[in-house]
Amino acid sequence: MSIQSEDVLKIAHLARLGIQQEQVEAYTSDLSNIMKLVEQMNQVDTAGIEPMAHPLDQSQRLRSDVVTEVNQREALQQNASDTEDGLFLVPRVID
Amino acid sequence: MYNKSLKELSNSLQNKDISSVELSQYFLNRIKHFDGELNSVITSNEEAALVAAAEADKCIQSGNAGLLTGIPLLHKDIFCTQGLRTSCGSKMLDNFIAPYTATAVGKLEQAGAVMLGKTNMDEFAMGSSNETSFYGGVKNPWDLNTVPGGSSGGSAAAVAARLVPIASGTDTGGSIRQPAAFCGITGIKPTYGRVSRYGMIAFASSLDQAGTFAKSAEDAAIMLQAMSGFDEKDSTSVDKPVDDLLAHLGDSIKGLTVGLPKEFFTDDLDDSIRETIETAIDAIQSAGANIKEISLPNINLSVPAYYVVAPAECSANLSRFDGVRYGYRCDSPKDLEDLYKRSRGEGFGDEVKRRIMMGAYVLSAGYYDAYYKKAQQVRRLIKNDFVEAFKGVDIIASPTAPSVAFSAGEKKDDPVSMYLSDIFTIGVNLAGLPGMSVPCGFIDKKPVGLQLIGNYFEEAKLLNVAHQYQQLTDWHLAVPAGFEQEA
Repeated sequence: MSIQSEDVLKIAHLARLGIQQEQVEAYTSDLSNIMKLVEQMNQVDTAGIEPMAHPLDQSQRLRSDVVTEVNQREALQQNASDTEDGLFLVPRVID
Repeated sequence: MYNKSLKELSNSLQNKDISSVELSQYFLNRIKHFDGELNSVITSNEEAALVAAAEADKCIQSGNAGLLTGIPLLHKDIFCTQGLRTSCGSKMLDNFIAPYTATAVGKLEQAGAVMLGKTNMDEFAMGSSNETSFYGGVKNPWDLNTVPGGSSGGSAAAVAARLVPIASGTDTGGSIRQPAAFCGITGIKPTYGRVSRYGMIAFASSLDQAGTFAKSAEDAAIMLQAMSGFDEKDSTSVDKPVDDLLAHLGDSIKGLTVGLPKEFFTDDLDDSIRETIETAIDAIQSAGANIKEISLPNINLSVPAYYVVAPAECSANLSRFDGVRYGYRCDSPKDLEDLYKRSRGEGFGDEVKRRIMMGAYVLSAGYYDAYYKKAQQVRRLIKNDFVEAFKGVDIIASPTAPSVAFSAGEKKDDPVSMYLSDIFTIGVNLAGLPGMSVPCGFIDKKPVGLQLIGNYFEEAKLLNVAHQYQQLTDWHLAVPAGFEQEA
């Protein structure tokens, strides 16, 4: 199935990804080509095959619900662009 | 010095012929001398490395040294290293200092290895040529006009140029094996879950696996032994004892059966690659192994299935880069949506954006069953083919890549053609099997890699076959022209 430029704009929005208007055409063509490759999967009938999410079919391990991390707030916030009083700052959300 | 094996280097250290500080300085000098052109190392750890080397020397003095004590190495810049920048090859993480160290790196540190720096890579490990890196491409030491492969291109080029004896890498669709092949060195990706993913920046979590680059199977085994093992901090880590990878290197391979998938040896295969691989198979046969044709009927669907599964997982994993807690943040965002969109739009490169969009598309309402579920079903068919094949063979052999190293720029603007350069490696990741690449010859002075695939958790057998092959051949000892002189 061919991807249209509206699809590219829609999925870029879904992924919160800013893309330049002049690049939309190139992404449309690249993604359409990749989809053509992907659609080769339709050559095979997969009715009744259980989807495989993990190579070893393992389920996720559970651990006891206890605190194991130490507080590293300062070290962690050193990687943030904008912080104040131990909080991460973002543009105003509610007026 | 630069072509010595780990055992030889370790002996020199323990006999006090050389100190770890001197050895580290020797390789740091090689990096300074040769890497200006290659661009394989993007962050130097010189100061801290010399401190660590002095510690290693004390450990050697006290008689507590292991095989890796005092051995210099490089880590792919996808592994978090506390206090030293971890960029993942992206503008997004250009200033990122991880607050903790990846388990795999920590285990090597515990074993006494000395980290000299971090290596260049495709951005977020997405690429097969190292050309998507924010820090520019890496040159292949065998031919500076060609790519080293990717995504672990920096680690592969650095070991090939003998800038370090060993380096780490990660492999999601071939990112250790394909660059190892292009650079004429030995690379192994173990079974999924064998090496902890904790602290390894996630691309596609059900496929990502760390491994090693080295000059030989023996050196790769020594490094992999130290990295492997259960880690409670990685929920997909496998709680199973690690085999002794060194104990069986010397075993005879007489009577082992090597399977050749007929789907990999079709008329489409380049003739000179076929001849080179067949010569390598003949050598393995001459050591007493049986050769048998096998079939992996669905393997031709591995690239299509991968380009649904990997982008889907990538779009979920990379949603954490929001410009708020860490990573690149755009200037003067006007609101929260603008902050997200511009930080991600400006912080990620083109290939990463393509894969995030591809992932968002296949996971979006109305397409999930047609693409994502379908790909997971195809993935099971591919795995079942391997399981069936391993009932009759010990090892599977094939070319690692359909060509030798290609020219820089050749596939950069054609994603599909780039993706198809991993046609022989991707199925192994989908199935979660261990795989490796060993040098097996040259075409037009460019190295060719032989891919060996093992059954689940049979890394020891895989390394045994590779080591026995390297006893019969010396392709792995070849050093690229221009890098033979001392720095």
